Amino acid sequence: MFAPDIILAAVLNGLMTGAVYALTAVGLTLVYGVLHIINFAHGAILTAAMFAAFFAWKIGIDPYVAVFALAPIFFALGYALQRFVIGPSSHGEDRNILLVTLGLSIVIENLLLAAFRSDTRSIDVPYGFSVIDLGFTFLSVPRVVAFAASCAAAAILWLILAKTDTGKAIRAVAKEKLGASLVGIDVAHVYAVTFGLGAACLAVAACLLLPTFYVHPRVGNAYVLVAFTIVVLGGMGSVPGALLGGLFIGVVESLSGLFLGESLGQIGIFLIFILVLLVRPTGLFGARA
Amino acid sequence: MSADAILSVEHASKRFGGLLAVDDASLVARRGRITGLIGPNGAGKTTLFAMISGFIVPTAGRIMFEGADVGGLPPHRRAVAGIARTFQIVQPFAGLSVRDNIAVGAHLRRSARAEALAKADEVAALVGLGDMLHRPASDLTVSGRKRLELARALATDPKLLLLDEVLAGLNPSEVRDVVPVIHAIRDAGVTIVMVEHVMQAVMSLCEDIYVLAQGRIIAAGAPREVTRDPKVVEAYLGHGAAARIAAREEAARG
Amino acid sequence: MSPLRAYGPILLLGAALASMPFFAASNTLLNAMVLALVIALAAQGWNILGGYGGQFSFGHAAFFGMGAYGTALLQTRFGVNAYAAFAAAVALGSAAGLAIGYLSFRSGLRGSYFALVTLAFAEVFRILANAWPFTGGAAGVLIKLDVRAETFQFASRAVYFWIALGLVVAVMLINRSVERSRFGAWLVAIRENEDAAKALGVDTFSVKLKAITLSAAITAISGAFYAQYFLFLDANIAFGPWISVEALLAPIIGGLGTVFGPVIGALGLHFVAEITRAVAGRVPGIDLALYGTLLVVMVAFARDGIIGLLTKARARLFGSRA
Repeated sequence: MFAPDIILAAVLNGLMTGAVYALTAVGLTLVYGVLHIINFAHGAILTAAMFAAFFAWKIGIDPYVAVFALAPIFFALGYALQRFVIGPSSHGEDRNILLVTLGLSIVIENLLLAAFRSDTRSIDVPYGFSVIDLGFTFLSVPRVVAFAASCAAAAILWLILAKTDTGKAIRAVAKEKLGASLVGIDVAHVYAVTFGLGAACLAVAACLLLPTFYVHPRVGNAYVLVAFTIVVLGGMGSVPGALLGGLFIGVVESLSGLFLGESLGQIGIFLIFILVLLVRPTGLFGARA
Repeated sequence: MSADAILSVEHASKRFGGLLAVDDASLVARRGRITGLIGPNGAGKTTLFAMISGFIVPTAGRIMFEGADVGGLPPHRRAVAGIARTFQIVQPFAGLSVRDNIAVGAHLRRSARAEALAKADEVAALVGLGDMLHRPASDLTVSGRKRLELARALATDPKLLLLDEVLAGLNPSEVRDVVPVIHAIRDAGVTIVMVEHVMQAVMSLCEDIYVLAQGRIIAAGAPREVTRDPKVVEAYLGHGAAARIAAREEAARG
Repeated sequence: MSPLRAYGPILLLGAALASMPFFAASNTLLNAMVLALVIALAAQGWNILGGYGGQFSFGHAAFFGMGAYGTALLQTRFGVNAYAAFAAAVALGSAAGLAIGYLSFRSGLRGSYFALVTLAFAEVFRILANAWPFTGGAAGVLIKLDVRAETFQFASRAVYFWIALGLVVAVMLINRSVERSRFGAWLVAIRENEDAAKALGVDTFSVKLKAITLSAAITAISGAFYAQYFLFLDANIAFGPWISVEALLAPIIGGLGTVFGPVIGALGLHFVAEITRAVAGRVPGIDLALYGTLLVVMVAFARDGIIGLLTKARARLFGSRA
């Protein structure tokens, strides 16, 4: 029904989007893998980061430049949030963490709404409509940049986890919290660092999304459910799983948009989400439960 | 299955990945008696218990209870059939009072709230928690929590009671207090199978003993026979462990 | 507890609230009260599953929306009598609860997994209702204004208030009887320790299934009443996250797993929201931001909610009962 060219183009576009999805999901899955909690404030933090990038652009800083400041700033914010709010207020109970992060997401989202109203804003960068001609289709430059930068950010994250002492401490805590604390690792610090890394990933994703997307106080919601889906699909806590899952979901969304129409495009994602949760909660790509 | 056997485990095995936790184990619990299951740490005792109570499905073998194979039934159906268990790591309903904890068990055969509460009061008195009824379970001491485990299980009116280390963690005088309670339960007609580390209690309570080591039953019989069995001394008691047992018994007496 | 002590306070509270329109009959106040009672009802539903059963749903909008769309569509599309539509919509909501519960509990979903899957179901319903012409798509559904008792439409807001109050009181009585039943004891046991409950013969799957069905039915009543009162709804109202959040917030603020918790929580929240609006003006989002803050603060400092604080205060004043 569609020419192979169109389908191939949809797949490529899906991969571009999928890479950014993957980046938002990596932060979520990392937090899950280490803290064993689902951070329901993930979407709201992404929204906050997009507003930060938006206002950076307003004062003349391009998102691709702002990312180098916003990533560390959001790392610090995420660190503080876990260390001083989520950790102490949840008394170590999973149910409470669920509620506290949900509460935080409501607070962040609605403070943004109160401050900036529900206007939809977007930025107008000079390269916004630049394209690369592949012969059979065009690829938008900002999306190609987003794809490349997401992969780079994921690679950096992997290096941090694999090579640095902090990364080793994070992996130790993820595997065996009690043992890690017995050998002198400060678990509360590691939790906060992990949360900070998750927030930093979101800051990067926000800067990559802004040139082709809009910002709105509830924009994070659209991404967070997709991120949940990817995390579940990739196996909760698995970073490589989140990368693969992100690309996969990007393609599914693009194709179901093509075949079902835009308004139902997201249905495909949710149906996958529910199915995976019900049938194989440990994820498709390797079980880590 | 002999006539007076209420439970017989027939060639049960459980494999976790590459680990054979229980390997072709068979045992029989005779009606109205106390059967002990002993063995070194990691021998598979708790796994075997979990297979009898339905929390783990055996990889092979049968679990016969009162002549029927219950191996495929989920835990709650086995409780209905008359098998009750306690947990080695106590699992109280921490937010509920002692009375409400026990009433959950009593509800199994009593749908009316008032009857369940009355049963809870009766069982609490039997295990020595009569004056703690309205305290939250989280207030109880270790000994109190062990009694609560026992009381909840007992409140289901079981035919077979599986006790997973109810004496572990108690001091010798507390052990001395609980032993008569277990005798009283048996005298009321409940068959008991217990996993236990406190040897003095095993010797004084159990009429039949099975020894599990590395997933296999290596000896069975009356307590005195079993402890004299060279295989048991070798595998379970280990090198020089006989002296340790003697010392522990000494401590229990003092 | 004697039946008088168990049910008396509920009837007393109901009677006290019922007299309100005789003293304060302004439409604004009655309107606010009706909305608070609708939230209370949704929250009472959530509380059955979340408060007593410990299964935290983040998607009770799914049931609220079923009730709301059910009652609206049966009337507008099929011309069904309003009362029959109401009853059928509640049945539809509880069927949705049964189905979602069956799927998720059979797969052994707990904790965050259960929260996620309920959230996803609500979102799927929202997207579908927003796209499907049958449900009116993005434009929503309008129930035709026809003020007659036979169409479940009344000129006086006080009548709606009394009906909503009657429903809330009825559900409180149901809640109390659940607390005093075997089903209630088993449900609470599951919340406290599911494995221990199994060992004591509790069929945890069927108890959770009953709980989510009852829970969904009550929340669907709330949705059906909402539709009947406002005569308009769209996908974001019926299946939107706002109602999922309010339904879980009220019991947590008021007191999880208690009869009065969801009602006190819902009334308290709306009181706070009105005050904020009076102080901060109608800035969108400010009331919800405050709700979020309250949620974090309650979890951090008062995990038994307002009821817990009152119990503690009473114990301090009159000495502990234990």
